[in-house]
Amino acid sequence: MSDIAERVKKIVVEHLGVEADKVVDNANFIDDLGADSLDTVELVMAFEEEFNVEIPDDAAETIVTVGDAIKFLEKNAA
Amino acid sequence: MAGNVAQISSLMAGKRGVIMGLANNKSIAWGIAKAARQHGAEIALTYQGDALKKRVEPLAAELGAAVVGHCDVTDASTIDAVFAEVEKLWGKIDFLVHAIAFSDKDELTGRYLDTSEANFSKSMLISCYSLTAIAQRAEKLMTDGGSILTLTYYGAEKWMPHYNVMGVAKAALEASVRYLAADLGPQRIRVNAISAGPIKTLAASGIGDFRYILKWNEYNSPMRRSVTVEDVGESAAYFLSDMSKGVTGEVHHVDAGYHVVGMKNPDAPDIVLNKE
Repeated sequence: MSDIAERVKKIVVEHLGVEADKVVDNANFIDDLGADSLDTVELVMAFEEEFNVEIPDDAAETIVTVGDAIKFLEKNAA
Repeated sequence: MAGNVAQISSLMAGKRGVIMGLANNKSIAWGIAKAARQHGAEIALTYQGDALKKRVEPLAAELGAAVVGHCDVTDASTIDAVFAEVEKLWGKIDFLVHAIAFSDKDELTGRYLDTSEANFSKSMLISCYSLTAIAQRAEKLMTDGGSILTLTYYGAEKWMPHYNVMGVAKAALEASVRYLAADLGPQRIRVNAISAGPIKTLAASGIGDFRYILKWNEYNSPMRRSVTVEDVGESAAYFLSDMSKGVTGEVHHVDAGYHVVGMKNPDAPDIVLNKE
């Protein structure tokens, strides 16, 4: 697992208070991990802070699974 | 009340107040709540709906604050209910913080000209009238004087990109501060606003190009930085305590001085927006 993937999963576990083994690449934040709409905004803010990167709204809307977040950050994080 | 916030002074010892509009630990209301607690105040929090309840409860525990229930400012019965709860808890209050605003996110981008009637009315009701609505209830509980504080933004005074209907609502809110100050002054109830510089909060995430606005302020404010919720909290402690006992109707800028600036700082770097 990449360093970015590990950090993403750590943030998701901490923010949503879910078991680490549930935070797999194809886990959907809302359907599988019980996130509400505010959680999704807060997660994006947490990713931005952790990776010092900007996630524009239109990109944020495409991040629906853990894997989506990892893919976006691997591509865009410095 | 217990809690994990260390007391650093007794500036607000014996003061009790309600803080409305806390969403999470990035909220300006959180900065204010923490500062009030650090200065010895007792706090009651409200939340709007279950999504915010689950966020407010752990923060209340951290502060050692009471949670007095659900308050949706568009539903008068819920406002009455939380103030009834506060009255039961303390009988009277000394301060009230209003950190509440709303606009449809789709209208916080592009032209103000395109604002819909429905969103205009809803934004004004939630972002402006709600201060008057809660001041009406607070008046009855501020039997020994008090301090009411709301939050505004420079977009009320000058055009800001994408702030749109919220700028109009904040202008009306600032006018409300003056009228409420006059109405409540004889009872030694003071009404003031803090005009905070841009801070990345949950609410700000709805504003278009927010990062650009944040960077612009950082590069061009006299202090060459943005402000934090802690900065706003410390200034709020002044307004909520007797330190400001001769001050009412004021809009006080906590913005690293940005409001005095007339043009871009020539040394400020260009800001590149990372658009997909």
